Amino acid sequence: MSIRLESVSMVSMGESIINDVSLAVERGTMNVLLGPTLAGKTTLMRLMAGLDKPTSGRILDDGNDVTGVSVRERSVAMVYQEFVNYPSFTVYENIAAPLRRAKRLSAPQIDAKVRARAQMMHIDHLLHRLPSELSGGQQQRVALARALVKEAPLLLLDEPLVNLDYKLREELRSEIREIFRRGSTTVVYATTEPQEALLFGGNTIVLDAGRVLQCGPALEIYDRPATIRASQVFSDPPINLIRAVIGPQGCRLSPSVAFPLARHMRALPQGDYRVGVRADHIGLAGHAEYGRLIPAKVELAEINGSETYIHAGHGDFQMIAVLQGVHKFGLGDEINLYLDPRRLFVFDSAGNLVAAPGENAGGTGAH
Amino acid sequence: MPTVDWSARGRAMQKWQNQRAWFLVIPVVVLVAFNALIPVMTVVNYSVQDIFDSTHRIFVGTEWYREMLLNTRLQHALLRQLVFSGLVLLIELPLGVAIALTMPRKGGWGLSATLVIVALPLLIPWNVIGTIWVIFLRPDIGLLGHFIDHTLGIHFDYPTVPIQAWISVMMMEVWHWTPLVVLLAYAGLRSIPDAYYQAANIDAASRWAVFWYIQLPKMRGVLTIAVLLRFMDSFLIYTEPFVLTGGGPGDTTTFLSIYLVKLAVGEFDVGKAAAFSIIYFLIVLVFSYVFYQVLLRAQRGEVR
Amino acid sequence: MALIEFENVAHSYLRSPARMEDYALRPMNLAWQDGGAYALLGASGSGKTTLLNIISGLLRPSAGRVRFDGRDVTDSSTVQRNIAQVFQFPVIYDTMTVFDNLAFPLRNRGVAAADVRSRVSEVAEMLDLTDHLRWRASGLAADEKQKVSLGRGLVRSDVSAILFDEPLTVIDPNLKWRLRRKLKEIHKRYNTTLIYVTHDQSEALTFADRVVVIHEGSVLQQGTPQELFETPIDRFVGYFIGSPGMNFLPCRLSGDGAEVVGQFVPLAATLLAKATQTTGLEIGIRPEAIGLSSSGSGLAVEIGDVEHLGTRNIATCRLGEHEIKVVVPPEQPILSERGILKFNPAMTRLYADGRLVG
Repeated sequence: MSIRLESVSMVSMGESIINDVSLAVERGTMNVLLGPTLAGKTTLMRLMAGLDKPTSGRILDDGNDVTGVSVRERSVAMVYQEFVNYPSFTVYENIAAPLRRAKRLSAPQIDAKVRARAQMMHIDHLLHRLPSELSGGQQQRVALARALVKEAPLLLLDEPLVNLDYKLREELRSEIREIFRRGSTTVVYATTEPQEALLFGGNTIVLDAGRVLQCGPALEIYDRPATIRASQVFSDPPINLIRAVIGPQGCRLSPSVAFPLARHMRALPQGDYRVGVRADHIGLAGHAEYGRLIPAKVELAEINGSETYIHAGHGDFQMIAVLQGVHKFGLGDEINLYLDPRRLFVFDSAGNLVAAPGENAGGTGAH
Repeated sequence: MPTVDWSARGRAMQKWQNQRAWFLVIPVVVLVAFNALIPVMTVVNYSVQDIFDSTHRIFVGTEWYREMLLNTRLQHALLRQLVFSGLVLLIELPLGVAIALTMPRKGGWGLSATLVIVALPLLIPWNVIGTIWVIFLRPDIGLLGHFIDHTLGIHFDYPTVPIQAWISVMMMEVWHWTPLVVLLAYAGLRSIPDAYYQAANIDAASRWAVFWYIQLPKMRGVLTIAVLLRFMDSFLIYTEPFVLTGGGPGDTTTFLSIYLVKLAVGEFDVGKAAAFSIIYFLIVLVFSYVFYQVLLRAQRGEVR
Repeated sequence: MALIEFENVAHSYLRSPARMEDYALRPMNLAWQDGGAYALLGASGSGKTTLLNIISGLLRPSAGRVRFDGRDVTDSSTVQRNIAQVFQFPVIYDTMTVFDNLAFPLRNRGVAAADVRSRVSEVAEMLDLTDHLRWRASGLAADEKQKVSLGRGLVRSDVSAILFDEPLTVIDPNLKWRLRRKLKEIHKRYNTTLIYVTHDQSEALTFADRVVVIHEGSVLQQGTPQELFETPIDRFVGYFIGSPGMNFLPCRLSGDGAEVVGQFVPLAATLLAKATQTTGLEIGIRPEAIGLSSSGSGLAVEIGDVEHLGTRNIATCRLGEHEIKVVVPPEQPILSERGILKFNPAMTRLYADGRLVG
């Protein structure tokens, strides 16, 4: 089913949680709702499901107005952060529950479906156990299987992996991705991690403080964030934002760092701006023509095994750079960082994107 | 799937949903009307009339009310009631919390046994409680009565000595209702995560500091409920003190409801009693409202 | 500050454990150097929290001795060991102000008021809490509350170690960076021993100088993040560390290399010399150490799924029935469905029955 929200707002206990949100979720697509905690993701999903009624606005399902229709009348399945399973039912009964309630299938049919889903989620050897006897990852798989067996046209997942171990999260993520690629369900997946949005691909909806900042394919938002806030929400590690002045000589970041404008910035009028550059576009060695030198002092170096994260300061701004390979730096070391002006996002004083790295800004990069 | 007119159905669903809820409420409304509203209306009716017999009634307006409010016996009964309820709170709350603190923190058969024993007084019918204590306090055959009278040498005769009557009523009341506070406080204590105790351990906090800074603040919610419940119940108390002392000696333990019943049933002064009932009801209402507001504010404070 | 040693420490939650499986922690000997930043990395249920509680004194081990600076502290309480601990969720005293929260451990130990004030101000400044000192602690955001929890451990100058039990669990991803940085700064400034328990390998690797990997109650490997990354001793360590984890391919020795599904992979000569058995062998190679190209010599594979993650792309390739994940730079286009993989011989490892060879 396709869902459309038109100017939906939700006010609860005097606080505006959702503010004039309009968005469209197409049938059969995978959608990621990305935003920091308390952005309103859970509330938005509850509105889509019919668990809550919006204070104003309309919700349309395949073109039909379902604002106010309770969730019992809609065909929705939902998976929560806290592994929610019926504690007194075995895994088998848990998965079979929605089918039994619908009362449309015979026992052998129910059995076949339950076993198929259990196998898909790799829990077919646990069918006789109770949820309390399972690990966190297994419980969440049961919840997923139960949501899937319903074959509801709309499936909502509210940060389902956030309470799981790191490695388990990785595994389940790829499994979920596989499952939804093959299916025809409309899926909405809420998360705080930009990585997951990029991994699932599909349509990404960036939410912050109850408003939709940007909507579109994940890579598109990644390459062209519409506002400063959207670029911040959609970056991990955090994007570097530096005040810049564009003048007759080019772009100036500080008394000692200035460079001619890259192609995508040439059309901009002079004035004050903020430029954004991603941590992986700052490197240690630059091609002389592309890389611009920024002498910086190391404030912190973290090694991730195959990458090094440097927090460095230059003048009055700080940067985070991700360097490939292992580099040992001490605190206070003076190093030279190079940034590629072709990779800069430029935001005006209102925070809107006015220039973004174009296709010709690719090349081999400054690593 | 057949096409459904979702928009109309959506609106109709909304309306239908709301109305369905009303239908569920109707039986309750009927019952409450029959059991409560109608009798209350009757009482109001009596409180504004002077009834001599079934054919002679005079509407007297607020005469009964004025008389009752100026009635010294009523005022004394109210005073006694307030002292009683105050003592109840002062004794039962700290005692209940203290007992809850000594109960085992981990589950197991020890805890279950303790819970059952603690809860026993709550299970006994109220007039039976009165009767139990009547016998318990008799100086000739009662365990406690005999002990006080013979072993401690104090002349124990609570039906005639006011202070002893008060102490007896208080003992019975505390014995009967402290378990409720204990259970509530224990539930509150159980909900405190272990990490807080560990952190206090690490911070070298004294036992008192753990109680004052961790346990008590975290029990705020349940204790407010306990205060609310105990105050309301003790304000309305009738059976147990009536069975134990009958309101005596004289009227030294005549609390509000005992006095009210004496008025209505003993003296058959229905008009006065009716007015008194309404006044009583209003007092309870005011206190309930005040406590409710306090409770609400405490909850909100915690949520933040 | 203390050197912490474990001598044959083991723990079982059962009263009479019979087999190895009954032990939550198998017998181990460990040493934590004074002033080091350590991470205990493991999945849920691996025993890492048990280990942490034994260090802090909240749990007494069923066997073995724990020593601080040579002194046997196995029977000492947490207070006596001078340990500070930060928990998964912020533990603060709601009714007190931030100042009082931070001053609490000092006041309980009878420290003079003037010293309390100076110490608290110093720590508050370090943690960027100076503006909040007069606020009620219950009114702060989650990450600030965690900082207060942390601050209570820092105010004490005599603390032997600060233990962290997955402290960033409730913190927003963007704020995790800030807190991690704070922890590093604190480590640099105070040089206290910090022991950090987590299941998140990137948190562990970025925080610690040395990482201890625990699995099913045993310590599998201890080393610097780089050592764990490049030379994992156990198959599990290779899988657990790195995102995605190490690729493992069953192989047979053949000539001066190995044969995988009929194709040849060169191995370093030093590695071949150390191989003592010929069965149960696997090649272990990290996705970052594999180069993908469209032509040339190497392993011919089918390219399946490609995940675009912005900073890099991950290609899942198939060789027969085996899956190989490869990290590809974002600028490199992947156009066809077939490709050639080149393994970096210096980073290609050999595993016999799950243990590293050489």
